[in-house]
Amino acid sequence: MAWAKENGGNNKAAELNYVDRSLDGPSHNFSLMPTPSKHTQYPYVTGSSVLGIKYKDGILLASDTAGCYGSTVRYKSVERLKRIGDNTILGASGEISDFQAITNLLDELITEDWMWDDGNKLGPFEIHNYLNRVMYNRRNKFDPLWNSLVLGGIKKGKKYLGMVSMIGVHFQDNHVATGFGNHLARPIFRDEWKEDMTLEEGVKLLEKCLLVLFYRDRSAINKFQMANVTEGGITITEPFALKVNWELEAFRNPTKGAEGSW
Amino acid sequence: MFRNQYDTDVTTWSPAGRLHQVEYAMEAVKQGSAAIGLRSKTYVVLATVNKASSELSAHQKKLFKIDNHIGIAMAGLTADGRVLSRYMRSECINHHFVFESPLPVGRLVVQVADKAQVCTQRSWKRPYGVGLLVAGLDEAGPHLYYNCPSGNYAEYHAFAIGSRSQAAKTYLERKFETFMECTKEELIRHALFAVKESLQEEELSSGNCGVAVVGIDEPFIVLDPKTLQAYIEALDSGKDEMQTMEETGTDDRQSSQVPQEGTGSRGISVGASEDTPTDMET
Repeated sequence: MAWAKENGGNNKAAELNYVDRSLDGPSHNFSLMPTPSKHTQYPYVTGSSVLGIKYKDGILLASDTAGCYGSTVRYKSVERLKRIGDNTILGASGEISDFQAITNLLDELITEDWMWDDGNKLGPFEIHNYLNRVMYNRRNKFDPLWNSLVLGGIKKGKKYLGMVSMIGVHFQDNHVATGFGNHLARPIFRDEWKEDMTLEEGVKLLEKCLLVLFYRDRSAINKFQMANVTEGGITITEPFALKVNWELEAFRNPTKGAEGSW
Repeated sequence: MFRNQYDTDVTTWSPAGRLHQVEYAMEAVKQGSAAIGLRSKTYVVLATVNKASSELSAHQKKLFKIDNHIGIAMAGLTADGRVLSRYMRSECINHHFVFESPLPVGRLVVQVADKAQVCTQRSWKRPYGVGLLVAGLDEAGPHLYYNCPSGNYAEYHAFAIGSRSQAAKTYLERKFETFMECTKEELIRHALFAVKESLQEEELSSGNCGVAVVGIDEPFIVLDPKTLQAYIEALDSGKDEMQTMEETGTDDRQSSQVPQEGTGSRGISVGASEDTPTDMET
């Protein structure tokens, strides 16, 4: 099974798999003459925050579509929300290429699961656990997949929303966010999220947070996507923009409270 | 089965298109003591005939728990069965570690079958000499499978393997259409009756048979001898006693129509004796 390849370099099969090497070519963790490990990487093209909330009928995820190359907003149409199977959605911030690799892995997993054709299906909770194993194992090799992943789904009426970080920290909650979203969006969630919101209320809450992120996060752009998963299926919106207001008082004199800063 | 010049190697076909070594392995299953399985919409019950090699020794263990939701009964070379059990337990626990959810029994069965097939296509291996009745759950409900040394597997409503399993199979074939709607107790009764058929000369007692149950929301357990004995004693006294036994947890001899000995002894005769109500027709 696909997962069996992820559990460390003990079996030959793992050598041939993504976990022990980059997608392009072979590179092994172990050799006869070990060189100093250079595996702890830097991210190159990164995505900013991903937000997720539970609402009455399912889960909503939101993110912008920017891929930043350091301080340059280089790619403006990066889809950072992906569907996994037909009851789960995945959003990622961090290194975009690692996100693509993860999506490949999950596609393989889902395909294999589908091929069984036996009435059993991997649910969002199983995928969360699988991703956690992958991320944690990579972290243990000092070769992390540089992502914070948000996973949401619904199976047999049971809603699931969770997060897996690049070091394998994972948890579930009613609302999650990655990166800057943790600092800017989650306080808003804590105040304004409530149980069983309607779709409109959920969208409104997310749009409010996305706007705040656009104002305050320098790697965010005014081009967003939202993904919605319910028992009826998955929809990912086309990219949309929000109305911004730079005339707000807080922007008029940003250094009012701290003279000399910028 | 006659010896011939094509049966030394598992990797040699006979001109008739058979792999004799595989068939001999299946013969080993037929020589082992019987194992029976049957299922309803919510439960699967496994039962085994436990043969002791001598009066001094204890019985062979033939019922194994694989995971909370899967268990097996085996017939044949129980040593091979133990090895396969270990493999199955390992697969289940690994799946649980990665996905935090139980491995669907159908997928485990296929993995075991593929493992068995390997042994039919390597010149340095021999086929496993054990047949497994696998009882387990998945999202769709309870299932019963049979894993054969040939690497084949199939799903069953009810099945029996091992020596004198034909008698049990005949009983099951008569009754299996009612199994889907059976309660857990009724299912266990059917299983014990089927075991009785295979134990033609001996008396049925908790010493020479074993029963295990798995159900939706009920983990796989092997019944302990005391509970088992109570079920056996309840067999002969009809359905009412089953209910009192469930409530009190002991056999209630007062309501039985036939005086019983401690070990539930009656000659096991396939036809009804004049002592008993026609239990066989429940």
